[in-house]
Amino acid sequence: MKTYQQINDRIESGKAVVLTADEIIDYVDQKGLEAAAEEVDVVTTATFGPMCSSGCFLNFGHSKPKIRMSEAWVEDVLVYTGVAAVDVYLGATQLRHGDPANMYYPGEFRYGGGHVIEDLVAGKTLQLFALSYGTDCYPLREIRTYFSIDDLNQAIMVNPRNCYQNYNVAINDSDKTVYSYMGCLEPRRKNVNYCSAGQLSPLLNDPSYDVIGVGTKVWMAGAQGHVYAEGTQHAGGCERTPGGVPIGGAGTLALTGDMKQMRPEFVRGVSFRGYGISLGLGVGVPIPILNPDVLKRTCVRDRDILAPVVDYSKEYPENTGKVICHVNYEQLRSGEIEVEGKKVAAGSLSSYHMALEIAHILADEVRRGDFRLAEPIAPLPKDTVMKPLVAREKP
Amino acid sequence: MSDTATKKLMLTFPRWERKKPIIYHLVKDHNLVVNVYRAQITPEAEGHLVLDMTGTKEDIKRGMDFIRTFDVTINETGKGVMRDADNCTHCGHCVVHCPTGALFISDTRTREVGYDETDCIECLACIRVCPYGACSSAF
Repeated sequence: MKTYQQINDRIESGKAVVLTADEIIDYVDQKGLEAAAEEVDVVTTATFGPMCSSGCFLNFGHSKPKIRMSEAWVEDVLVYTGVAAVDVYLGATQLRHGDPANMYYPGEFRYGGGHVIEDLVAGKTLQLFALSYGTDCYPLREIRTYFSIDDLNQAIMVNPRNCYQNYNVAINDSDKTVYSYMGCLEPRRKNVNYCSAGQLSPLLNDPSYDVIGVGTKVWMAGAQGHVYAEGTQHAGGCERTPGGVPIGGAGTLALTGDMKQMRPEFVRGVSFRGYGISLGLGVGVPIPILNPDVLKRTCVRDRDILAPVVDYSKEYPENTGKVICHVNYEQLRSGEIEVEGKKVAAGSLSSYHMALEIAHILADEVRRGDFRLAEPIAPLPKDTVMKPLVAREKP
Repeated sequence: MSDTATKKLMLTFPRWERKKPIIYHLVKDHNLVVNVYRAQITPEAEGHLVLDMTGTKEDIKRGMDFIRTFDVTINETGKGVMRDADNCTHCGHCVVHCPTGALFISDTRTREVGYDETDCIECLACIRVCPYGACSSAF
């Protein structure tokens, strides 16, 4: 048994033993669970993939004379101004003004909120255009100016839903191509797309939220951020394998971090043809090895994690909940799965390559004493389920 | 046939050259087997053609000399599709859509995506599906 304090003391002294969730599997096989739990202080987990429910608050500072922005655009991408005078929220999926969307189907969606966030983190100069109705205290009614992230007082990423614990494997049962947020799905079950780092993924290494909670410190594209709440649509009470691993979406994390500390290679605008814009984000979560049980759960393997295969031509859009079958991530990573007797090519939207890189970067930061762990201040709910939106005819 | 070779080219035609039957003459007069990967010949606009020519080294040389008699820009790298490795996140979404395996998982442990341009037939599937714009087309 170890405490957070003991682990942080070892990190501080540069003596912490840190392995990635990829390395720990063989390590525990060789050393045995009890001995490894004594020795290992931290296991690093990570993921990199499209995370649509992302965005950031920006504070521009005050112009002379002052403006209370009531409508604003950054690089022609609309930002939300229903907060204080020069605060705005820029959402990852917002389209650029004038984007024809799917008018010429499938739309290309070349630039939007996710790309603005990428450009901000990359230090590029961007255009702000804002309008106002004018007030006694904020008389300016229009401003067009240029800025970079260094000019902003704050650029804080605030993401209501990141790091889905597990996710659907998307397939297309129809005879025409489906363009979805799960990528391009060829007709007649020609391919499936999945989106998880599997055995490296944060919440799959802590499936019952024993150590990841509100207040947990996370590596967010290079910045030291934290979990500020359960993520939206968090549904810990979903169906699980006998080993406790959820076989559907399940948990999510709401994350926040300082964009000024982020690295551009881990913050990437995403364009899904025929669907829209998103943000590709890299997140790492250190798991403190408090006891052998925590360690045991970090030894989860791709073959232990099941994901539901769902038809995105009819069943997903119609919200029927129908699952064709379950497959594991070892099968998915082989590049081919079997669905009702037919072999289907499997592609990924989540980058295991980037996730592995993040897990190693975070492990190095912990070893160097640059990344200390934080004890959660509240647990994530374990038994909540996701409620549907009911279309009611009367109040 | 030991001196047989294949050469891949990308040709850019100005508007005034687009009506000339260059490929016909490469086949008929210079004994070359021509494989067209991709062509975009639009009336009143610049044209583009990506092809390879197979034949003896002597025939290829004569074919190249013949092409040079036209006001055509020759790109001997033959690349109409480019992949920017720095832009690639190695998610692997492209891999299942690439019909020839030019894009592939080069390391099964790190899941790195590799690209062998010699296998690329310029179908443009990667451009259609890459969420990060890592692949692009010259035309």
